[in-house]
Amino acid sequence: MQTLGIRFPELLIWSPLIAGLLCFILKNEKNSKAIALFSSIITLAISFASIIYANDKQLSGLQDNYVWMKYLGASFSVGLDGMGHLLTLLTAFSFPLIFIATYSNSYKNSSSFYGLMLLSQAGLLGVFTAMDALVFYFFWELALIPVYFLSSKWGGEKRIQATFKFFVYTFAGSLLMLIGIIYVYLQTPATPTSEHSFAISAFYNLRLSVAEQFWLFWLFFTAFAIKMPVFPFHTWQPDTYEQSPTAVTMVLSGIMVKMGVFAVLRWLIPIFPAAVAKYDTLVIGLSVFGMIYASLIAIKQDDLKRLVAYSSIAHIGLMCAAIFASSQNVNHVGMQGVMIQMFSHGINIIGLWIVIELIERQTGVRKISQLGGIAHKAPVLTIMLVIIALANIALPLTNAFVGEFMMFSGLFKFNIWYAAIAGVSIILAAVYTLNMVQKVFYGETNALTATVKEIALHEKLVLAVIVVAIFLVGVFPQPMLDLTKNAVTLIIGKGK
Amino acid sequence: MADGINMNAIILTAIWGIVMMLAGAFIKNKSTPKYLAIGGLVLIILANGIELNWQEPLFAIDVKDMLHTNSFNLTFIAVMLVCTLLYFLLNGRDIEKVGNHVAEYFALIFFVLCGVAIVATFNTLLMLFIGIEIISIPLYILTGSDKRNLKSNEAALKYFLMGSFSTGIMLMGIAFIYGGNTSASFFLDRINMGAGTMPVMIAIGLVLLLISMSFKVSAAPFHFWTPDVYDGAPTVFTSFMATIVKAAGFFAFVRLFENAFGTVQPQWQKLIVVITAATLLIGNLTAVFQQSVKRMLAYSSIAQAGFMLFALFALNEKAKEGLVLYAAAYSLATIGIFAVLIKMNDYTIDGFNGLAKKQPILALTATIFLLSLTGIPLTAGFQAKFYMLLAAVSNGHQIWLVILAVLCAAISAYYYFRVIQAMYFKDGNETVEQEWDVTPAFKALLVITAGLIIALGIYPNLLLDWLHY
Repeated sequence: MQTLGIRFPELLIWSPLIAGLLCFILKNEKNSKAIALFSSIITLAISFASIIYANDKQLSGLQDNYVWMKYLGASFSVGLDGMGHLLTLLTAFSFPLIFIATYSNSYKNSSSFYGLMLLSQAGLLGVFTAMDALVFYFFWELALIPVYFLSSKWGGEKRIQATFKFFVYTFAGSLLMLIGIIYVYLQTPATPTSEHSFAISAFYNLRLSVAEQFWLFWLFFTAFAIKMPVFPFHTWQPDTYEQSPTAVTMVLSGIMVKMGVFAVLRWLIPIFPAAVAKYDTLVIGLSVFGMIYASLIAIKQDDLKRLVAYSSIAHIGLMCAAIFASSQNVNHVGMQGVMIQMFSHGINIIGLWIVIELIERQTGVRKISQLGGIAHKAPVLTIMLVIIALANIALPLTNAFVGEFMMFSGLFKFNIWYAAIAGVSIILAAVYTLNMVQKVFYGETNALTATVKEIALHEKLVLAVIVVAIFLVGVFPQPMLDLTKNAVTLIIGKGK
Repeated sequence: MADGINMNAIILTAIWGIVMMLAGAFIKNKSTPKYLAIGGLVLIILANGIELNWQEPLFAIDVKDMLHTNSFNLTFIAVMLVCTLLYFLLNGRDIEKVGNHVAEYFALIFFVLCGVAIVATFNTLLMLFIGIEIISIPLYILTGSDKRNLKSNEAALKYFLMGSFSTGIMLMGIAFIYGGNTSASFFLDRINMGAGTMPVMIAIGLVLLLISMSFKVSAAPFHFWTPDVYDGAPTVFTSFMATIVKAAGFFAFVRLFENAFGTVQPQWQKLIVVITAATLLIGNLTAVFQQSVKRMLAYSSIAQAGFMLFALFALNEKAKEGLVLYAAAYSLATIGIFAVLIKMNDYTIDGFNGLAKKQPILALTATIFLLSLTGIPLTAGFQAKFYMLLAAVSNGHQIWLVILAVLCAAISAYYYFRVIQAMYFKDGNETVEQEWDVTPAFKALLVITAGLIIALGIYPNLLLDWLHY
């Protein structure tokens, strides 16, 4: 099957990887920005092409396979299914937006900055396309390393401690997962070439005993829960978001947290169904509690970045709860909601970060109490922000409404009380989001905001693209739902 | 072809050691011994390679089955020789600076290599003892080679006393085993374990051997000499002790317990579990508090020993492959990081502040070495740790020990990354300008070492293929 389509997953990884290395080698401070933007657009084009040419096969379709470690039965195997398409599209779509939105920023050592950004993109795309557990683990770690360096080098004042906490947390989580991967690998049957296999199909076909699933579940889930993050593993997140340079925060919150959600869907639910059935109430309870908890903290925040960080914990909590609720009740609607929300949340939160970045660049502060009246000075920015903020509280017509509505229906079928409590977080989201909009953008201007100017054309363009995406998915979600339909059937079928 | 006649490495290293000693008497030029040593080592590597590839021994000597060679231990010797070559190339100039007896230092290192080759191939307890002694005695001298430095003298004396003590214990263990062995033989495969529980004499001998070998590889609770000796010895020789010597010690440890006591593993596995857990915890937790990078690396070598002990715990095929991989990964990274450390005036972590700006190549390669020691994917260190975990998990029983190990690996990120943070994210003291004794060739070698680490990290079969040869 040497068709053109079969090479797409590989191309997706190579394109940012080569461009990233090029940035390092050329060491050209001026051109690296352009290289980064150019390569990210090419990656986006590849991602579009891969969706157009997708011949809708589940896991076996669109897969590249090379022998890698022959004594172990690990092969370099990457492929795209519906869920992979969706998340690679999110990754490929976000990076050009991030690069354009921060185009006016000048970073010290910009060649290293953009090189590391592109390497992290390659890592992320690898995670979303990996069809072999060891390859998955490799990319899972590789996405982390560039981000660690980016945040520690170009971040805020307390960056070193904050990002290090993040690093150690996720590193410890991933190593636990590695033990889990090794254990599951050792249970797989022999293949013609080796004793065991790391291939995802071998993992999926395995029938682990219930007792094994119970403890393996926690090895995997800890790693994923730290990444998402789900209460009580979230403590690294607000500090890291606050201290990272905003371009990196966008990658972290827009795409990297989706690694956790994605990994639960691909590597947890289908492999450990019995454990999921046992622990679903506990996980959903934690998620729902985390939603309320994070929302309440978000209300009290004065720093814009921390506010969005906590709001993100709440949104991810809902996704996590919906996954576990839907997989048990064979609820396709709820699971579809998670899929579409993974994409929508990524776009929306990047939009919010861009607005924060634009405000901070002009005024030098992020404190809600010190800002006010920006609407008078920058009406276009304000309109865009209001739309993105409304999407953040999942108003109808916006993309988040579709996802959250479907997820709530999944949660509702699982347990009405959980759904009711989780519902409170939507009200709380409205409280902190609208409060922020009101205080920052309306009211009197002050000395700081009096000098604010309207944003530049390319920045308007980026926000406009996000707003269009918000409405497009909000009004016409069907193509996206079709894209992930088979993936959902597979996950729920395996996870039952 | 009969076993036990492939001994190119053993004989040639011994001969070259003597050549170097004689050269010391005749050559007064300070830099000639270095080239002589490098040239000799290249020849030995070639001879060993010929043996590995074509099974063609230069010296056909009947050793009465006292030494055993196969592709597994020949590969290990090859790895050690190549690491030593890199070590010579990177540190040659610094070895010259230690004192006046340059040729003798090289001669001693060749004798150590001879011992390494013996402990990699021994088949009787006597050969093990001889090998260990041939390794140890030159090391006592090297530790004290910085004669005018009190710390070096103290370290040498401490090492010598503790080392002799542990040698005594080993000898006693061997005596017990010989005495308790109904077949009255020193050969590993002829130790009679009896049915059921092993005889008391053998058991005592086993424990004594376990203690003395734990001492040699600095496994807790027999590790107390390590930080002081590593810290006191001249840094170039610390680098050698912490890598090649330590890896060889482990190789001997694993071969001894596999070939002599492998059949009764369930009876002593619990002891290894305790030692492994203690080594991991003590090594990692203590390393966290170190301010001197040299001392931190000493504790880190204890911590890494904890991971290598998994080979002994698991004792299966994957463990043996993993041990060779670990020896290569750990030695390369440690030799590299020590080579960078030697160039620093200030050995504290703060001394590394802002290195990325002053010496970008040094900082970049040091980062790769540290990432490899931490076990980050794409580096050889990850593959090594991965193989060890794989071996340990497939052994079954003690999953908690594996979980403890990975949590310790996460702790190790803390102290390794402190150095990376210092190099990249902190500003150096601009007023203190230090003379950098860094040649382009040195930088190129660092890059090659880092390249080897990454190549092994991406494709470990480069090395493992030799084991399956």
